[in-house]
Amino acid sequence: MGAGGLNTKGRHTQLGSGYLSCTSAFSGSPQPQPCGKALMQATGEMRAIIMQSHPNDILPLTLTSATQELFGCRCDEDVTGDNPYKILRKEDIVQDMRMRAAVSDFSPMKQLVLDYPEDELLLVYDRDFIYGSSFYLVLTADAKERHLKVIEVALEREPSEVFAAQKTSEPQPWISLGSEQEIEEESVTDSRPRLKYRISRVRREFGAPIFFSDRNAMETKDGFIECTPYQDKNFSLKQMERHTGVQTIPNLKSSSTQTQWTYPRSMCTQYEPREFSEEKKENCLQSEKLKNFVNSVASRFEIAIQQNEIMDVFFDDWKALSEEDSGYGRKADPHLKEYQSFTDLHFSKEKTISNINWHPTINGVIAVAVTERLSFEDRINGSTKLLLNPSLILFWSFSDPINPQLLLECPDDVFSFEFCPSDPNIIVGGCMNGQVVLWDISTHVEQLQGTHKRENETPVVRYCAVSGIENGHKAPITDIQWLPGTFEVSRMGVPMENKNGICVQIVTCAPDCCVMFWDIRAPRVLQTMADQRKQKVEEKPLENPHGVPNTFKHLDLTWKPLIRVQHISYCKTRLQLVLSTTFCPQDGELVYTDWKLEKDNDSGRLFSAKPSHRFIIHDGQVNTVRRSPFFKDIILTVGGWTFAIWKEGVTNGPIIQSSCSQKKCTVGYWSQSRPAVLFIGKEDGNIDVWDLLEKTHEPSQTQNITATQITCIKPWIVSSKQHLLAVSDHLGTLHILEIPWTLRSPSSNEKLSMSKYFEKEVDRLVYFEKRREMRAKEKKDYEAEELRKKTYLIKRPVIFIIEK
Amino acid sequence: MAEVEETLKRIQGQKGVQGIIIVNAEGIPIKTTLDNSSTVQYAGLIHQLVMKARTTVRDIDPQNDLTFLRVRSKKNEIMIAPDKDYFLIVIQNPSD
Repeated sequence: MGAGGLNTKGRHTQLGSGYLSCTSAFSGSPQPQPCGKALMQATGEMRAIIMQSHPNDILPLTLTSATQELFGCRCDEDVTGDNPYKILRKEDIVQDMRMRAAVSDFSPMKQLVLDYPEDELLLVYDRDFIYGSSFYLVLTADAKERHLKVIEVALEREPSEVFAAQKTSEPQPWISLGSEQEIEEESVTDSRPRLKYRISRVRREFGAPIFFSDRNAMETKDGFIECTPYQDKNFSLKQMERHTGVQTIPNLKSSSTQTQWTYPRSMCTQYEPREFSEEKKENCLQSEKLKNFVNSVASRFEIAIQQNEIMDVFFDDWKALSEEDSGYGRKADPHLKEYQSFTDLHFSKEKTISNINWHPTINGVIAVAVTERLSFEDRINGSTKLLLNPSLILFWSFSDPINPQLLLECPDDVFSFEFCPSDPNIIVGGCMNGQVVLWDISTHVEQLQGTHKRENETPVVRYCAVSGIENGHKAPITDIQWLPGTFEVSRMGVPMENKNGICVQIVTCAPDCCVMFWDIRAPRVLQTMADQRKQKVEEKPLENPHGVPNTFKHLDLTWKPLIRVQHISYCKTRLQLVLSTTFCPQDGELVYTDWKLEKDNDSGRLFSAKPSHRFIIHDGQVNTVRRSPFFKDIILTVGGWTFAIWKEGVTNGPIIQSSCSQKKCTVGYWSQSRPAVLFIGKEDGNIDVWDLLEKTHEPSQTQNITATQITCIKPWIVSSKQHLLAVSDHLGTLHILEIPWTLRSPSSNEKLSMSKYFEKEVDRLVYFEKRREMRAKEKKDYEAEELRKKTYLIKRPVIFIIEK
Repeated sequence: MAEVEETLKRIQGQKGVQGIIIVNAEGIPIKTTLDNSSTVQYAGLIHQLVMKARTTVRDIDPQNDLTFLRVRSKKNEIMIAPDKDYFLIVIQNPSD
């Protein structure tokens, strides 16, 4: 047991069989201190003292008897003076320390034990208390080896002796240690005698026929034994390799965006053209460049301008040539050709046609109003008979010349009627008793159009509205006219714009000195004031003038500005327009009046202004006042034996007046297509065609249509190739004539020529007026002069010298 | 300046001439005998027309150039003579 140095590692050795050895070792660096420290911590001063007196690798310790028993190192029993060494397992020591903590004897040297590298520690019994305790623990491997060598030496001595002794041992009796029991168990022996069985069968059953039967295995319990398959885990193979395909796809992502909606704002941009200021302009004008430019360019312009003056290069001579040529040598007959004539034996027998109207939309349909041709006296006498005979308006269609298509029933003889311009199914008529009648033929339109198959009986349509007798005129209504759709007249007579565009108002006139305006709408919409009897208002819708003179008693208004009450429920409405109208009274006087209703300050009543102009031109009753379809201010009047053409605004007189013809003129109408042509109907059944550009002293042609007087003429344009003239006579026959080409196609610049002609006539009138004035003045001067001369001459004797 | 005036007067004096306008290359009127609004309108519109006509002529033949443009309408005739820096517009009513 030498003084041990410090060993870094421990060595593990094994001795013999059954012995465990453990070595202790110090860790890493020389640490005498921990050893000392541990000892210091241990109880007993003796230990501290002893520390200096024992080598470093040996640790004396005292073990209690409990510890001794535990580790099997009881004094003088397990370990003796001869056998003082005991190998302790480190784990046991550690466990002891853990279990008994501070109580354990090994706790002071816990660290040393733990540090010990090998598993077995050597505990030496120190009987002689060499190091102060009953035991000591060898802390280093070297020390342990030394100790053990000592043991081995000691032990070696003995085993050799024992070994030599064993060589000559004699067979001992076998001691059973219990192993034969195992053998016995392994061997197979019969535990009991074998059993014997003998099975036999009855003899008669040998070779017996065999009967098989079926038995359902499911019937009896345990009828069958199943061997259900199961997955044998021995055979479950794990797939180590796998063949897979991989496809790459584009990454699809759907997304959306929303534009931000900002509220709209109206924006506007104002731009103006760039202009130069005055100085700039001046600068430019002064520059040389401009001068040169203008000089160079002027010549081109002069050529061009003069070229234009000389002739018009774009004038189509060929076309112009053809038009002029048309007048000459044309084989075409300038006469009006009879196209068709209508008369009805049943309805228009003994009657006359008072008015004709073409249907505005349906081609080939014409309506005539048939009235009794009786004088007033005869009417009174035969009034009872008349009552039985209803008055009618007949509708004729070109497709059927014998039977009228439709009959409109009237309360009394109708002298004038009109289709509504905006709705051709509404017809308004003025009766002889002063009533205004409305018809609605919308149910029969198809029949008129010819699409509907006609029954044998001509349908009769009764009037759908009629004005009250007390509301209407007191005289036969001689003219009736629709106000154009753009017009509307208010209560006060102020014309207003009609927003609907449909015709809603009608004007009627009658010889009772009244012109009435009628409204076909509901009363609340437009209530016009109560009728003013004394007012004669003329209104002038832009189509035809008509007027009713107000201040005259006998007014036979053949034109239409009549006011009419449409429905019985309406009160009479009279409207006055600011437009001036012309109208002609019975005795040949033409009166031109302004429309307005004025308020009389005294009485508060409204009355119309006095007529502005009055003319007496015609010798007889004026029966026609018509505007020219081409010139808005040219009016034709026909009456007596002459006709006259007036221009609005020219108040001197008619601009053209025809000479007296042989027979009375009964009716007149402008041509619809030629501005210079007009048709005059005569009382002997002739139609005079006047071409004002050709001759103005006589009609350009006269044609006899019928034997009696012509009551109405109405031209109509069916197509560009066919112009028809409807002429009705006193016998009740309606003649349709075709207007020849010469009379329907205007010559070139006809309108221009006509307007120039009218202007010339106006100039003539003006000139004549001037001359008249001048003459009057001259006359006055002359008379004054004469007077002066006379007074002068009286003073001087006059000598007459008579020479033979 | 006087020369220019004289020439313009001569042109103006021709029969049927309604107005004359001198416009610079950008379309701004320099001198005119019409009222301001008509002048400005004519200048703007005709400038564009002349540019178009000129490019048309030059596209067809680059050596060529527009010398005179006459626009005849129902009511009158507009004559335009273009130049590098200016153009002159004359409106005439030939049928009178």
